[in-house]
Amino acid sequence: MILMMVLAIAAVMMSCGSKSNGQREAQELSGAGATFPQPFYNAVFEKFAEVHGDIVAYGGVGSGSGVRNLSDKIVDFAGSDAFLSDKEMSEMDAVIHVPTCMGAVVLAYNLDGVEELNLSGELIADIFAGNITKWNDPRIVAMNPDVQLPDATVIPVYRSDGSGTTYVFTDYLSKVSESWASNYGAGKSISFPVGQAGKGNPGVASIIAETKNAIGYVGSEYAFAQNIPYASVQNQNGELVKPTAESISASASGSIPDDTRTSITNSDASGAYPISCFTWLIIYKEQNYAKRTKEQAIATIDLLQYVLSPEAQKLASEVHYAPLPKKAVDLSLQNLKAVTFDGEPLSQK
Amino acid sequence: MKEKVYNILLYVTAAVIPILCGGIFYALCTDAYGAFQHFGFFQFITSTDWNSTPGHEQYGALPFITGTLMTTILALIFCIPFSLPVAMFVGEYFKGTVVASILSTITDLLAGIPSVIYGLWGFFTLRPLLMAMNISPQGSGVLTASLVLAIMIVPYAASLSAEFIKMVPDDLKEGAYSLGATRAEVIRRIIFPVAGSGIFSSYILALGRAVCETMTVTMLIGNTNNIPTSVTATGNSMASIIANQFGEADGLKLSSLIAIGLILFLITAVINVIGKIMIKKARIS
Repeated sequence: MILMMVLAIAAVMMSCGSKSNGQREAQELSGAGATFPQPFYNAVFEKFAEVHGDIVAYGGVGSGSGVRNLSDKIVDFAGSDAFLSDKEMSEMDAVIHVPTCMGAVVLAYNLDGVEELNLSGELIADIFAGNITKWNDPRIVAMNPDVQLPDATVIPVYRSDGSGTTYVFTDYLSKVSESWASNYGAGKSISFPVGQAGKGNPGVASIIAETKNAIGYVGSEYAFAQNIPYASVQNQNGELVKPTAESISASASGSIPDDTRTSITNSDASGAYPISCFTWLIIYKEQNYAKRTKEQAIATIDLLQYVLSPEAQKLASEVHYAPLPKKAVDLSLQNLKAVTFDGEPLSQK
Repeated sequence: MKEKVYNILLYVTAAVIPILCGGIFYALCTDAYGAFQHFGFFQFITSTDWNSTPGHEQYGALPFITGTLMTTILALIFCIPFSLPVAMFVGEYFKGTVVASILSTITDLLAGIPSVIYGLWGFFTLRPLLMAMNISPQGSGVLTASLVLAIMIVPYAASLSAEFIKMVPDDLKEGAYSLGATRAEVIRRIIFPVAGSGIFSSYILALGRAVCETMTVTMLIGNTNNIPTSVTATGNSMASIIANQFGEADGLKLSSLIAIGLILFLITAVINVIGKIMIKKARIS
């Protein structure tokens, strides 16, 4: 019995340790950054370890810290919910953005007997700016003719901690409402004038669940997993769209710049859910830095190619994210070909 | 030789805590310096703006200082009707009986419950109750937080006050009884004047506990960066703003949060020193 256990453990250790993907030794890679895609990354990196033997560690420290770690050159890649601005790009060596999956911000609500709620961007902006205070406001009623809305005060709920979710949400509001853009703008933590705040997606979601007449914004990956009721939002084409994996992916089916650095909120694509976002992994274009070996560089490229593979993208929808549209995948695979080690191109595929 | 080793060991261990405390104070000061330098100390503690939009960064601690003051003072007021009777029961009326020891054990047990459990209880039980009673429309707020805080600090206030009430000399009480005083009169005329400063100091120490409570307040206060306009309004305390926002903070914002931490550190230190002095005074008399 004991012998069998020892053999089993030895077999497991051998399969982890010495698997080398044909040409190269198994590597250890480390990355840090956004917490929003972390469940997806955990699943995908585990699968990647099974396939390639490389062990990948990812620390969910927040997008800002992840990018700082990359610019300090202490990680192999950074995860970020926001693409680097031109100014940030100019302050560090050339980097490549690789979108890995998509998510969205959904408007969860708690209204007795209301199963379908339709909202437009301006309505959402006015609710969170405190301009609409009652659920039976004529403007909300006009969008929801079939629904009996209560004569109750709207209780907006937002994030108390700095968050990419807040950034995506306020980025959308800034695009659809001029008064929001001038009064509050877009950012990771915004001074909302009304309502109350909870920490993290679970904090916001539980306040909404426990408070009648509340409405708040929650990351789609959390809302989908928890089956919270959420609203349909009107997109630029006037369609009322419920957030689903398909409608989120659809928002990236419009035009994307070659470096994939773009905000896809308020997308003009048909069937697109308008409060959607990419999340990126960011690597240096020149992989020879901080005494990294060529094997490590190849493993990094293998990892990113794996994340873009159909297998990994299928995994994304299983863990409640939306897969990338084909166009974004093709663009990213193209961009990865530009990665070099000592000036030599790395990727042959 | 052995004696010497013991001595050195003793000095080293005794030195560790003051060094740690000094190190924390030093780190807080150096990291908070950026915020104080940028805004000025008085501007920082009197400004109500908390805006982290890049380019318009403005940080002021007044809403959080107010939030902390409101929650702790309210908690102290709510705590008195719970803790004083317990102290009386244990220290005077049923002094030394089994009932008293059961009650004081249960009260002390309250101190061992993790604050997140109090937070959950407040969130899932008290908050809906306040909403159902129409006291607070949105549930979260200063009132909800201070009610739960009040229960959390009951053991600190009650067990120390009970000790001071027990210490009132029996001959004083017996003298009063022999003159025909009723029990209520003994409590009012003898126990309170004699044990008064001790009881007061136990409430000061309970206050120190309430000031720095983080988890419960974060879960219940509503986390809005404004000065609470009423007791049911939402706000943020000094501890809760740090817990909420330090995760993604950097630069000036991080420095401002640490500055708030430094102010909180000083406030708790002052409260504890006052409490200790009061206890010393009470012992001498």
